[in-house]
Amino acid sequence: MESMLKVSSNPHVRSKATTARIMQCVAIALLPATIFGVINFGLHALFLVLITVATTVTTEYIYEKLMKKKITISDFSAVVTGLLLALNLPPRAPWWIGVIGGVFAILVVKMLFGGLGQNFMNPALGARCFLLISFTSIMTNFDCDAYTGATPLAAIKAGESAPQLIDMIVGRTSGTIGETSMIALLLGAAFLLVIGVIDLRVPGSYILSFVVFVILFSGHGLDVNYILSQLAGGGLMLGAFFMATDYVTRPITKNGQYLFGIFLGIMTGIFRIFGPSAEGVSYAIILGNLLVPLIEKVTKPTAFGKQKTKKEAA
Amino acid sequence: MSDTNNEARQSSMEVFFNGLVKENPTFVLALGMCPTLAVTTSAINGLGMGLTTTAVLVLSNVIISLLRHIIPNRVRIPAFIVIVASFVTMVELLLEGFIPSLYSALGIYIPLIVVNCIILGRAESFASKNPVIPSFFDGLGMGLGFTVALTAIGAVRELIGAGELFGAPVINNILAAISSIIGRSEPIEYVPVSIFVLAPGAFFVLAALTALQNRVKRKMQEKGKNVDKIQSGCSSDCTSCSDSGCAHRFVDVNGAPGSVSLAKNAADKSNGKKEE
Repeated sequence: MESMLKVSSNPHVRSKATTARIMQCVAIALLPATIFGVINFGLHALFLVLITVATTVTTEYIYEKLMKKKITISDFSAVVTGLLLALNLPPRAPWWIGVIGGVFAILVVKMLFGGLGQNFMNPALGARCFLLISFTSIMTNFDCDAYTGATPLAAIKAGESAPQLIDMIVGRTSGTIGETSMIALLLGAAFLLVIGVIDLRVPGSYILSFVVFVILFSGHGLDVNYILSQLAGGGLMLGAFFMATDYVTRPITKNGQYLFGIFLGIMTGIFRIFGPSAEGVSYAIILGNLLVPLIEKVTKPTAFGKQKTKKEAA
Repeated sequence: MSDTNNEARQSSMEVFFNGLVKENPTFVLALGMCPTLAVTTSAINGLGMGLTTTAVLVLSNVIISLLRHIIPNRVRIPAFIVIVASFVTMVELLLEGFIPSLYSALGIYIPLIVVNCIILGRAESFASKNPVIPSFFDGLGMGLGFTVALTAIGAVRELIGAGELFGAPVINNILAAISSIIGRSEPIEYVPVSIFVLAPGAFFVLAALTALQNRVKRKMQEKGKNVDKIQSGCSSDCTSCSDSGCAHRFVDVNGAPGSVSLAKNAADKSNGKKEE
């Protein structure tokens, strides 16, 4: 009751969109990919997901308890971070990978910079890159019971025969827990788009510019099979719809969001085609996150009613 | 201002601990960051770099203090650099001759000691205006403070990033002992977090240790100890100080009362003169 009587300056926007609700929606949208990952890779994947989420939530709770701050674990943002991080782990990773990654994501990337809304980098991706640099052999070993050998992108990069396209789209390939199934990810993304939690500005410009880059520079031209396997084979769908759209680490301005998406597409293309490794979505998004303040600076919209001076118009 | 002279003659121990703790060049002054971040991949490298710098710092402080009345004020910086560079060359040749392993590990960062801002900073703000004995202890304190900081950073990075301490596999030894106590046939292996021996790890550890020492200092301050007074070998208030390049000019909140307002008054006066 008390909170309803607060008087604040305009604009008086009334909406049910609270942080907790938005985060719950994102978590629900990630469920198809999570469930598919568990079915695909076995119970160890479920164990990894649970332990990573438990770690992120516990870390946030302990940090806020120790620092005598307001406990914010009920806003679900830590759950989403943990879930995203877990979906970015290889299915056979040992349990402590999830724990170290979870602690790093929450403690270093999020809390030390001031908590939700203050972090300059997506916590889940920051932790994934931390793990990737620290434990390269574990983080790039995608062998498990169901699949052995390289991920589709690595196979394409090495010039070996890639898995069937339909397998890549459904997700019956090796990869991280949550990235393999394009269908499950698109299902979640469609849910978020319909209820309006995310819009197509960032993911759309990201995927479009990536496709253009691939057509121009991969040397395969308009090979539909190749383009589709680039789209479905790696973490692009997960990154474009669930991580690049993170409210905190994407630009606020509309034009900035298009610019951000185009930058991510080009960077991902550069990493994948010209870089030494087959995948580049995480590094592209992190790099984009760092540029967000600059992007916002150059795309600051003119205030309503403000007219251009003659000098500027000329 | 009558007690200025008494304050100026700080005891040698005070000057020494000033560099070691109160004004630790790495954690408090944040000087010399390049070697701090670059060579501290292991405790032994940090220790070697710290001691090498200490040697140069002590010698250059003593010589600069001896020559402080001879060096003309206008060319003091080139003169300091020449003195520092001579000592660095000597130390470099000595290291190459007697400890070649450390020489190759530190590489380019030995000649770069010449431009280490701790050394030039101490020459400018302390040695060039203090007698020989305090300058010696200032160099020793600052150098050892740098050494302690570098060794601490190196030790943490080596311990987490490689599981070793001064080259000994400490963590694996402990894990092996624990496993034998529990009765595991295969000892648990430590998986090093290799990002800590790479560049990002240097920033993580430096930030964490700086935060830690700030916390310790705050706790000590709550107990009533004076720990954060910035001294910088300077005891007069900033308005009557000729050192315009001093890093602590007008920021010494615990210093002489009204130093900031005095400074403003002085600035206003000088502006007024110019206008006249």
